[in-house]
Amino acid sequence: MIQSKINGVQQTFNGDPEMPLLWYLRDELKLTGTKFGCGIALCGACTVHKNGEAIRSCVVAMRDLSGAEITTIEGLESKGLHPVQQAWMRANVPQCGYCQPGQIMQAAAFLKNQKKPTDEQIDEAMSGNICRCGTYQRIRAAIKMAAEGSV
Amino acid sequence: MTLIENVSRRSFLKGMVSTGALVLGACYYPEILRADGLPTDTPADRATLHPNMFVGIDTDGTVQIVAHRSEMGTAIRTSLPLVVADELDADWKRVKIDQAIGDPRYGDQNTDGSHSIRSFYDVMRQAGASARFMLIQAAAQQWNVRPADCATEPHVVIHRPSGRRLAYGDLAARAAKLPVPKKEQLQLKSNNQWRYIGKGMPSYDLADLCTGKALYGMDARMDNMVYASIEHPPVLGGKVQSYDNSEALKVAGVRQTIAIDPFKPPPAFQPLGGIAVIADNTWSAFQGRKKLKVVWDNGPNETYDSAQYKKELQETARKPAKVVRSEGDVDSVFAKGGKIMEADYYVPLLAHTSMEPMVALADFRDGRATIWAPTQNPQAAQDIVSKELGIAKENVICHVTLLGGGFGRKSKPDYVAEAAVLSKKIGRPVKVVWTREDDVKFDYYNAVAAMYMRAALGADGKPTAWLQRSVFPPITSIFDVDAVYGDPGHLQQGWTDVPFDIANLRVENGPAKAHVRIGWLRSVANIYHAFAVQSFADELAHAAGRDPLDYLLDLIGKPRTINFKDVDYPNYGASLQTYPWETGRLRRVTEMVAEKAGWGKRKLGKGAGLGIAAHKSFLTYVATIVEVEVNDQGEIKIPRVDTAVDAGLVVNPEITRAQFEGAAVFGTSVAKTGEITATKGTINQSNFSDYPVARIDEAPLQTNVYLVDSSAPPAGVGEPGVPPFVAAFCNAIYAATGKRIRELPTKNTNLGNKNKGE
Repeated sequence: MIQSKINGVQQTFNGDPEMPLLWYLRDELKLTGTKFGCGIALCGACTVHKNGEAIRSCVVAMRDLSGAEITTIEGLESKGLHPVQQAWMRANVPQCGYCQPGQIMQAAAFLKNQKKPTDEQIDEAMSGNICRCGTYQRIRAAIKMAAEGSV
Repeated sequence: MTLIENVSRRSFLKGMVSTGALVLGACYYPEILRADGLPTDTPADRATLHPNMFVGIDTDGTVQIVAHRSEMGTAIRTSLPLVVADELDADWKRVKIDQAIGDPRYGDQNTDGSHSIRSFYDVMRQAGASARFMLIQAAAQQWNVRPADCATEPHVVIHRPSGRRLAYGDLAARAAKLPVPKKEQLQLKSNNQWRYIGKGMPSYDLADLCTGKALYGMDARMDNMVYASIEHPPVLGGKVQSYDNSEALKVAGVRQTIAIDPFKPPPAFQPLGGIAVIADNTWSAFQGRKKLKVVWDNGPNETYDSAQYKKELQETARKPAKVVRSEGDVDSVFAKGGKIMEADYYVPLLAHTSMEPMVALADFRDGRATIWAPTQNPQAAQDIVSKELGIAKENVICHVTLLGGGFGRKSKPDYVAEAAVLSKKIGRPVKVVWTREDDVKFDYYNAVAAMYMRAALGADGKPTAWLQRSVFPPITSIFDVDAVYGDPGHLQQGWTDVPFDIANLRVENGPAKAHVRIGWLRSVANIYHAFAVQSFADELAHAAGRDPLDYLLDLIGKPRTINFKDVDYPNYGASLQTYPWETGRLRRVTEMVAEKAGWGKRKLGKGAGLGIAAHKSFLTYVATIVEVEVNDQGEIKIPRVDTAVDAGLVVNPEITRAQFEGAAVFGTSVAKTGEITATKGTINQSNFSDYPVARIDEAPLQTNVYLVDSSAPPAGVGEPGVPPFVAAFCNAIYAATGKRIRELPTKNTNLGNKNKGE
């Protein structure tokens, strides 16, 4: 039995402790905003926050989440839109959009500690998140917008 | 030809709009889209009328527009309805978009080949204009005034002399009783009356896409559903010889395993066969699958080795082959000798790797299959499911979810058929989920291609003769096991239409047998053809000591319309009258991009170079200049890309620019790292580890897109950005390093000053 808090709600998990968080979120809790892309932490589509830090939920087993606070795209902002989401909309970032929950969660964690990111810092923070549609230049623009608070 | 008919009482629209509302269907006779290489089962062959899209107006004023094309990131689900809304003079904020199920009455639904706008632009305008016409008639009737004295503003009809106004919602019931206007009665807006066309709108789904609410195939679910993961035969055409599922069944959550029959050649869109593990959740299905022990009979493709195959293709490319276009007399010029240039180019198999792997949910019960799938082609899904299950096509209901990328892969519904077959076998809803490894190993790859180029240069350095020969396993091989030559629909892609003004010119194609499934991938044959043609042009420019831009413009020559008499050139399914091949437009984008990018004027840093390429595909003219910086270790950065685009009339400019930005990133992946190889018939790559795609730090830092202001008929925008990018990128590498890229991907060429590992 593993107790964790997901988007502020206490949850109890009774399944295989080896199951990655991703599948618990998607298949059991029906929180499908977090996406499956590669299964081995190479693409970032499954990015969520664990105690405020960005993690790849496809490789974090439930056994390691006892007492953890998990935030998914559904819980990023309780009211309205998070500034990163607002920036994403203003910059018209998404194309197919499948990777974007992961991109947004990665960017939101990054911007907590980084108020004025350079291109190099953005590249470093975001290079674990693949966008096959190729929206990177708008992601960069949106991150700067969100950082500047100009949304 | 387009007709409009009133379909208010058609049962298949039930539930879509409230009773008594006005519903219009636009009926469309599409041209045969040979560019897509589909079997002859095209919309033109099918029956009589093909309603393609519907607009409905509720009494509360809600305008319902049906999107019949699949949304995979091009915002087509927004841009086509926007055309309807404009001609209807609807307030976009009051428009609701419904996604169509697969149904031939909509016309062609295969969202492939960059033709959604051009094929349905007129139809959408007429669909909107017809509704507006009827609303005006209804208002005039109610006021007892002349319709000619009435006009519209968004969502209201206005009687101009008196200033009276009636909302669309209040007119819907009355309008529904009126006859549908004939096409000749319609008055389409003039360009300066457009509110949306040419100005555009963000994606209808934008907020959902940024909040995790958007629903993809991966997110579909039904009560009582189980999950399946399938161990496919590692070699195409292989079969299960024997298997042991005892360990798999011990995995918690695993319910059973089911064998799926191998396909009967040709593969087309049939399931590959194999062993499915059925489980209570995705993770258990994956885990159970790892415990399967399967002995395979690999079949004849076991001998396939991509390194050996490459040699064979290259040898074939050096031999005389089938002539697909010939002008003048190439042989006699070559026989005279003089300065002859020749080069071999090579592009390997490429995988799509859309971010969402293949996935589909199917529920078979009472002789009917209901599908939820991220498919580019719901009618093809209906077709294969009906064949696999032995039920009528009408009994396959295919709902189209959002697609987490498609790039052509999701036009092939093999994964949809798998879900349907399994649901029938176990009698409950089944969701088939492919892993990334499945996606990489069991793709319909973009063809591997070898090109041989040869030119004789005159005293002025310009070619007096030009020969180009390509060899690639054709896409038609998935429908015809004996197919070895390129079909006209793929040879046209940057090959038979080489636009250079050279008196003696010959285009050839040699045979190649496929050992994997070959399929469409964003830009398709244009990728390798443009790479060869535009790289060779650059090679000739340097050989002649000329500026590559000036030389390229000389090759394109004076503005003219290319004559395809006696050439099998399908023109992407469009008529050559409406969409002629105009070299002047290619010149214009080339000159435009050169000016915008500061060609010949821009100061570049150490290790930097600019490359240029110009290419028309999917009826759109594109020229691209890429700047690369190559360091001593041979690592490449792309500080800037400039792209000029003449796509005719552009409905949604911001979305269009985004497509070309994305194409530069897609092209980066193709050029730098894209490579699928096979050993003993088995694909060597598996995931983003060994099939890497461009990440943010490798992608172009800035892509500037310039759209030519044009009133020519609309053309494609999803695909045409990739081919010129790839060639311009390689030409830039030459400018930066003096190293000529003749084989992709560039990761296989040491571009550094030092030996690798030094």
